[in-house]
Amino acid sequence: MAQIIIDTANHIAGYAAKTARVKVVAAYPITPQTTIVEKIAEFVESGEMEAEYIRVESEHSAMAACIGAAAAGVRTFTATSAHGLALMHEALHWASGARLPIVMAVVNRAMGAPWSIWPDLSDSLSQRDTGWIQFYCADNQEVFDTIIQAYRLCEDERVFLPAMVCLEGFILSHTYMPVKIHDQEEVDAFLPPYKSGWILDVNNPFSHANLVSPEWYMEFRYMIQEAMENAKRLIPEIDKEYGRHFGLQYGGLIDKYRCEDAELIICTMGTMGCEAKIAVDNLRREGLKVGAARIRVYRPFPVEEVRKLAEQASIIATIDRHISFGMEGFLASEIKASLYHMKDKPLLAGFIAGLGGRDVTFKTIEGIAKKSLKWMRAGRVEEETVWVDLRG
Amino acid sequence: MVTIKEFPKEEYLLKGHAACAGCGPSIALRLLFKALGNKVIMVVPACCTTVIQGPYPFTSFAVPLQNMLFEATGATCSGIVAALKMRGLDDITVVGWAGDGGTVDIGLQALSGAAERETNFIYICYDNEAYGNTGLQRSGATPYGAWTTTTPTGKKERKKNMPLIMAAHKIPYVATACPSYPVDFVNKLRKAKEIKGTKYIHVLAPCPTGWRYDTSKTVEIGRLAVQTGIWVLYEIENGRFRLNPPSDRLIDKSKRKPVKEYLAMQDRFRHLTEADIEKIQTWVDEDWEYYSKLASNECV
Repeated sequence: MAQIIIDTANHIAGYAAKTARVKVVAAYPITPQTTIVEKIAEFVESGEMEAEYIRVESEHSAMAACIGAAAAGVRTFTATSAHGLALMHEALHWASGARLPIVMAVVNRAMGAPWSIWPDLSDSLSQRDTGWIQFYCADNQEVFDTIIQAYRLCEDERVFLPAMVCLEGFILSHTYMPVKIHDQEEVDAFLPPYKSGWILDVNNPFSHANLVSPEWYMEFRYMIQEAMENAKRLIPEIDKEYGRHFGLQYGGLIDKYRCEDAELIICTMGTMGCEAKIAVDNLRREGLKVGAARIRVYRPFPVEEVRKLAEQASIIATIDRHISFGMEGFLASEIKASLYHMKDKPLLAGFIAGLGGRDVTFKTIEGIAKKSLKWMRAGRVEEETVWVDLRG
Repeated sequence: MVTIKEFPKEEYLLKGHAACAGCGPSIALRLLFKALGNKVIMVVPACCTTVIQGPYPFTSFAVPLQNMLFEATGATCSGIVAALKMRGLDDITVVGWAGDGGTVDIGLQALSGAAERETNFIYICYDNEAYGNTGLQRSGATPYGAWTTTTPTGKKERKKNMPLIMAAHKIPYVATACPSYPVDFVNKLRKAKEIKGTKYIHVLAPCPTGWRYDTSKTVEIGRLAVQTGIWVLYEIENGRFRLNPPSDRLIDKSKRKPVKEYLAMQDRFRHLTEADIEKIQTWVDEDWEYYSKLASNECV
């Protein structure tokens, strides 16, 4: 029977790995990810979860062990944060290049120096080009559901790519919320046994990932791009099917809120999307035509859906919990790139907020919205990138 | 114990591989398969074997091979072993096969972790005493005095003693080998296959390209390494150290050939002075005092 429990997103990620019938977990502790791997250790040692748990000596080895296990034919899971993810970087490329459907929870945390244990998205966004699908969650229930959905997507033969399920440290990782843990049999019905495109098999020996000359390398890269495009098509379908099974769905690639007639669309990722909804409700009460769009899937980027959203909007305000130094927030850049070929483009205003865990509340977002609406009425954006609440 | 006549006829290192002429590691590879058969899954990091296996879409290996990141062999093997266990496949030997750079330098952490976790696999370091695949740069396993492209006047530091580092992990089996002694190597592999836990075999694998000697001399050079005592054949089984033939007859210094004979055959040592050679000889003799104590179980 499905049960509702009250727990942190990190523990919920552990429940999701267990319910997905993960067979090998390889992980290394890092704040604020630790309680995920602690929960899984409990599950494995109590026998509730039938899995091998490899307590590796680094995140690089965590990903290497997942690659080995996935290649040897079982479903794998790991989790990390910030510097752990950065240490994995090389292995992230290998996992996607090897087309292995590994799922990893990334508990978002700011990068040092200086040390910070608090959230922003710079860790996972810095891994943008590693060939991993990237989901961003807004609450604990979505963490559970997205991990299940991610396995289903990654193990689809049209995809065969790894995925990160990102959740912000502390805001979600250590915050208790009620979450529905779906019935095991129903999850089994939604998520069939592990499937991958190839396997290390003594009866069918071959060298995997040996040297590829320029004659073939580009084709391998093109196949990853195709798989990403397929994923973009499949994510909304899988989300809908998930909704039919479990009564919960998240809008596929973008979680849209009151966007239908919105002049201003506030575009966010992660938990800021929840605050944005509250801000939208408040602003609507003031008679302002505002909507919110939470980018749930950052890779593949939902270019077409963003264009559709932009059609009726007069201005889009992006809020990035991240900065690409020397440019702007990634989300701002991606939205700009998505809209370039549109004839009648809305105005775009980019806001940097919440770095290193600084609070971004609905009030912050209301301020962002009002500034954006002012620029909309003036027909001109005065500052291309605004650092919100920056000390003088 | 098998004799050389009892080696299986089957070849799992196939014709057409891309090793250099006279390649010591490729001899060791061939022997590896003679010993373990083909119910083997191999992990190979960046190393000469990346090239030896041949480029996509070909392979010269008749076993499944996972090419892997330079520093990740140990951890990758842990993952494969865990997956096979979950699948109930208990008759497959997982082998990590890495060069000296991928073992004693960049791969040391992952190997140490895998050993500490008691991963059930065989790890083989084929040691040609330099980063061969990248064109012969110095590694932690390069011996004192040796020319490499990054030590053009000879390495100033001594070789890292990797087998004893692995022995310090208290794993059930550590051994050294050399393809010039095929029966010794094959029997060590066969023994390792039957032991549960982490097994580490360090193979001195002469490299004519890097050591600068005639390609016909590989077996001879390997023999001289052992006969001079600069390379020692031994095994440590559950903590018990044992010298293996012919090293077991070399405790008496007078039975060992002068190290100079080994050094003189290789142009990588061409520039050594008499004083250098004397220094190396002294170190070899000192090492032997230690090994003889190990052999008589005076110390561990």
